[in-house]
Amino acid sequence: MSATIEEPGAARLGEPPAALADLHVVEFGGFAAGPAIGKHLADHGAEVIRVESRLRPDGFRTNYPPYKDDQPGIERAGMFAITNNDKLGVSLNLKSSAGLELAARLIERADVVIENFTPGTMERLGLGHEAMSARNSGLVTISTCNQGATGPHARRAGFGTHLTALSGFTHLTGWRDRSPSLLWGPFIDYIAVAYGAVAVLAALEMRARTGRGCHVDLSQYETGIQLLAPVMVEHFATAAVPDRMGNRHPTAAPHGIFPCSGVERWCAISVHDDAEWARLRAAMGAPGWAREECLATAAGRKAAEDDLERRISEWTRDRDRAEVVEILRAAEVHVAPVNDMRDVFEDPQLVHRRAFRRLDHPVIGPHSVPGPAFVLPETPDVIASPAFMLGEHNRYVICDLLGVGDEEFDCLEAEGALQ
Amino acid sequence: MAQPQPRAAGVAPLEGLLALDLTGELGWLLGKILADLGATVLKIDPPGGDPGRHKPPLIHGPAGSVSATWVAFNAGKQRLDLDLAAPGDRARLLELAGSADFVLESEAPGRLDELGIGWKVLSKRSPGLIMTSVTAYGQDGPLAHFPASDLELMASGGAAWLTGDPDRPPVRVSVPQAAAWASVNAAVGTLIAHHHRRLVGRGQHVDASAQCGVLPMLVHAPTFWEMAGVNPMRAGAFLVGRNVNGARMRNIWPCRDGFVTFAIYGGSAGRLSNRSLVQWMAEKGMASESLLAIDWDTFEVATMTPAEVERMEAAIAPFFLTLTKREFLEQTEARRMLGYVVATAEDIAADPQLTSRSVWADADVPELGRAVRLPVGWFRLAGPRATL
Repeated sequence: MSATIEEPGAARLGEPPAALADLHVVEFGGFAAGPAIGKHLADHGAEVIRVESRLRPDGFRTNYPPYKDDQPGIERAGMFAITNNDKLGVSLNLKSSAGLELAARLIERADVVIENFTPGTMERLGLGHEAMSARNSGLVTISTCNQGATGPHARRAGFGTHLTALSGFTHLTGWRDRSPSLLWGPFIDYIAVAYGAVAVLAALEMRARTGRGCHVDLSQYETGIQLLAPVMVEHFATAAVPDRMGNRHPTAAPHGIFPCSGVERWCAISVHDDAEWARLRAAMGAPGWAREECLATAAGRKAAEDDLERRISEWTRDRDRAEVVEILRAAEVHVAPVNDMRDVFEDPQLVHRRAFRRLDHPVIGPHSVPGPAFVLPETPDVIASPAFMLGEHNRYVICDLLGVGDEEFDCLEAEGALQ
Repeated sequence: MAQPQPRAAGVAPLEGLLALDLTGELGWLLGKILADLGATVLKIDPPGGDPGRHKPPLIHGPAGSVSATWVAFNAGKQRLDLDLAAPGDRARLLELAGSADFVLESEAPGRLDELGIGWKVLSKRSPGLIMTSVTAYGQDGPLAHFPASDLELMASGGAAWLTGDPDRPPVRVSVPQAAAWASVNAAVGTLIAHHHRRLVGRGQHVDASAQCGVLPMLVHAPTFWEMAGVNPMRAGAFLVGRNVNGARMRNIWPCRDGFVTFAIYGGSAGRLSNRSLVQWMAEKGMASESLLAIDWDTFEVATMTPAEVERMEAAIAPFFLTLTKREFLEQTEARRMLGYVVATAEDIAADPQLTSRSVWADADVPELGRAVRLPVGWFRLAGPRATL
């Protein structure tokens, strides 16, 4: 379902208007932390203009596999494609005064600016909140960085993988007798992205009441700690230092991931009360070991957990994953396949939810981008257009939206302002 | 529970809005986020309180014991116990819903309809209402009525597949994540619906799925399958997918008192970081000849062979074992290296960055009869402030 961009968020005939169709957003920066906030807004119809530069393209274009046909190239990167659908792309050289002025004019007509440059960069460019609110008093800006714009570690750079470790998630992942396990990709970035989108929408609500904009200083670290608040509450209250525990649970047993037949096929099974245990036991055909009196209570199952897990593995090991899942779902036991990266495209519930959307990119071709984790029935998302090519919408944005004449545009281009 | 003080001073964008919060564990954080933003959140619990209050890990006080998770995700909410099966209490709920801006819930799909307080009834009485449902799989579809706890959601959402040691089963994060990710994403949906309501005066029923809430954790892993036919899988402490020869890059290293996170990276920042490490090792007399011989100006991590990577990592590992987490963190900052520590709750509690930004605040919990310490202030305004 390829579509040429007219204007993202423009109402399509016969379809309900997009929820955020009135919003104008400008993005600076790259990778996930800033642009994935913009994706939330673009998915629901905001006009999101990404300011990029040929001199320093988004790191997701240049430094992040996979690429189409394994060949690196700025229009071939999957990571960029899944983060930037339904946006307008404009290339501006912010080192030229003309490029900088065009950026300022985009901000002048914007409701929201999202940026994740190194802290202080926007201010140095004269594009920070204070400078720009003199030209646009309703401007909402959000800066997102690792640890926030103030404090002793404000300027510390770091990758998402490392920040995920600093925020406590990595220590809590893996087996107690071994090194912690890495979480995939920049895990924490996507926590900060959702909180970032919430923050932008809250700031807009504030503006609707006061008529004035504001600047949000989002620390990715602090949003991560919001999700580990239970651990911190426990630590402060009891001095306990919670540790990783494989797949185990403080009280529920069994609670694990078990092998099925075939290579690397797994299913998750958990039992949360004694009645559920009785159902699991019956579903496994009530083998002798499972009828042991000591397993009838949660405490007994917990005490015998090693043995319990071994026995359940013996039952799952020779069965197809689908068969295990079917048997246990029929028995009303908590169960799910461990979906791999192929399975997630085929999982019937995810297909039903349209969790992935097919778009047709001019270089990459047909590919999937993620949809929102929620459905808004009155104002469905408007995901329709693949990620922009570098500078793809220069003429539309600069001439049509900013009202620059064609001749002046050609001059700007000739003098390198649009690099 | 009292709102923890200090809340980010003077910042309450949702002040004056009322949310009725009927959620269980899956949706607790959604109401908490609205409360963080200044909304009045009234948590409606069955008589005797939310059953989730009694789930371990428990914390204790003179007035009783409650779940740490319940405390963490219900701070700042007011409480009202109602028996929704009793006509009187149901009428009270309908009355409250008539003046509410949001109703939040996480019952099995259809359950509130059975009680006569579902979306159809509530929206007919107040067309401006936004109702947000957070459920395991969403309001409809083939799995909508199957149970799922965090483990099943991390499994069916694909996150477990990507995590753990290759010689053991996949693992989830030991502290449940699916409900929280679902709730933060549901908050995005709720506020998008609120933005739209401002324009048109009409609300809607936001349908959030926790299985879908897990998908952002996969980042580009599904794209590897789709674009390259590669099904990335768990690799323990190693990062995969960044090297053309299939080399795995160690990201987690044992140190003297725990673990640190560091990787050999390419690019200008990576080269600077690698060079600084070798310089540091040389100062301590621990840099091998092979490390000293590397020309960092031409160094490319993406094209190293697995054997080269292993040799390099074997030369670095003994050095990290001589360091404490604190030394590593201080020196990496001073030397502009890319790396952090693998922090425990103890490390996080002691982090001066968080203290300097007033992240910790105490809140009284009547159910405990004492105060607890919580992380606050993620919504932080800087520069010229809007005053309400």
